Amino acid sequence: MSDILAILPQQLVFGLALGTVYGLIALGYTMVYGVLFMINFAHGEVFMIGAYVGWGVLAVLLDWSVGGLHPIWVLPLMLIPAMAFCGGLGMTLERFAYRPLYARGATRLGPLISAVGASIFLQNAVMLTQGARMKVYMANFLFPRTWRFSIFGVNVSVLMIVMIVVSVLLMWALVVLVQRTTLGRSIRAVSEDREMAAVMGINVGRVVGMTFFLGSALGGAAGVLIGLYYTQIDFVMGYSAGLKAFTAAVLGGIGNIKGAMVGGLLLGVIESLAVTFINPAFKDVVTFAVLILTLVFKPEGIFGESLADWKKV
Amino acid sequence: MLKLSEVVTYYGPIMALKGVSLEVNAGEIVCLLGGNASGKSTTMKTILGLVRPRTGSVSFEGERIDGLLTGEVVRRGIALVPEARRVFGRMTVWENLVMGSYVRRHEPKDELDRDMERVYGLFPRLRERATQYAGTLSGGEQQMLAIGRALMARPRLLLMDEPSMGLSPALVDQVFDIIQAINRQGTTILVVEQNATVALSIAHRGYVLQNGQMVASDSAAALLKADDVRRAYLGEE
Repeated sequence: MSDILAILPQQLVFGLALGTVYGLIALGYTMVYGVLFMINFAHGEVFMIGAYVGWGVLAVLLDWSVGGLHPIWVLPLMLIPAMAFCGGLGMTLERFAYRPLYARGATRLGPLISAVGASIFLQNAVMLTQGARMKVYMANFLFPRTWRFSIFGVNVSVLMIVMIVVSVLLMWALVVLVQRTTLGRSIRAVSEDREMAAVMGINVGRVVGMTFFLGSALGGAAGVLIGLYYTQIDFVMGYSAGLKAFTAAVLGGIGNIKGAMVGGLLLGVIESLAVTFINPAFKDVVTFAVLILTLVFKPEGIFGESLADWKKV
Repeated sequence: MLKLSEVVTYYGPIMALKGVSLEVNAGEIVCLLGGNASGKSTTMKTILGLVRPRTGSVSFEGERIDGLLTGEVVRRGIALVPEARRVFGRMTVWENLVMGSYVRRHEPKDELDRDMERVYGLFPRLRERATQYAGTLSGGEQQMLAIGRALMARPRLLLMDEPSMGLSPALVDQVFDIIQAINRQGTTILVVEQNATVALSIAHRGYVLQNGQMVASDSAAALLKADDVRRAYLGEE
């Protein structure tokens, strides 16, 4: 038992770092759900493509100038293209895979099935263009193995700090945008009452597109961070990460931005507890048990409203 | 100012408006009466472009507006106080008013501030509750917010859908006083009501809609007196 307690703080730190990134991905699910009441099951693939874009930038930089890569300028160079590309990809998905369906008054099932199709399409597109073998993130050139320190016997790497800081900064930026700006108010208006938002003069289609852009851009950033953390990426990585982030979004209360962040953190911590107290092999079992238990006992999640509060679906 | 001619609107297979014509002149208060499912709200939605007429035309200040996006209709000067208020409950009172001025968001800030002051002047209660979530307001306060929100668009034509619904008689009188005050300040008003007596008491003219067809139109005073109209179409004995 004392052995287990000795590794608990270490596992919690891992859980915290992963959890903030889960939260980042979960925001994409929850924002899209907020405005369209659909689960964008292709969001995991958007995340995966973000990881590939970051990998591509890093590979090019390593090709050009071996050595002398400092994360302070390399990391933004990886994150910004990944976020821009994924944001654009998200908007494209909405425009061509979902809007034609919901604009014609399809039931909610239509866009959902289309999302599953888009997910399969994107996986295979990446496999065909990038190959099925995994790519190695040369994370060591950015964050050398020696960049770590220990606090009370807990190993903390600079990369984990960077993951947490970048995720928190992006979440903070999103919250400010949603709370304080005209675009953010429009997003909230559309998610609360789409018809009245249109009556205010808001171009609802454009706001939905921007919501996809923002959510997908965060997913792309998360892809880069996870790529650096696990150092290996492949075209199916979006599947499990996507499901985990979806679980985080449901746990926090889907449609709720605060819920996605808290859900992500909680899930990261729960996973690390499972690794510590049960068995690392049971990590995913515990994650999806959380999903099932949430759906059965508290389907509205921690911060979500119950269905009865919804004006229209 | 506003002219609907022979408007036919469908909801799926259901013909909700069967050739509705009506006209609102600048400076008027016109009321549109009718019972449940008579097509009153559909008329409003058709004017705003939330539903499209199958045939017929809607024109505003001499230009066709049927077929335009709702945002463009609002930009041209038509705002709506919707049925059941429908304020954004998870936004503050102030944010609701800001959303009301969405189409004017590129105008100078002091213009918007002045209109905000005007709304607060009409409804002092809204100033007191500016930072409160709109969902926490009482029904009467929400109605004031819905009216204030529509005024923030600085409309030339204000559409009001059942402003008396769910309000106590005292509040109904207050709301209709405010409607008259807004009209005197130069805003044309088209109000849809089930409460015929109150609506006709402030309106200049009225139309009666039944089953998607216009069955009567006259001055408000004449409609108030016309016993057969009251009996047959307004559900009064």
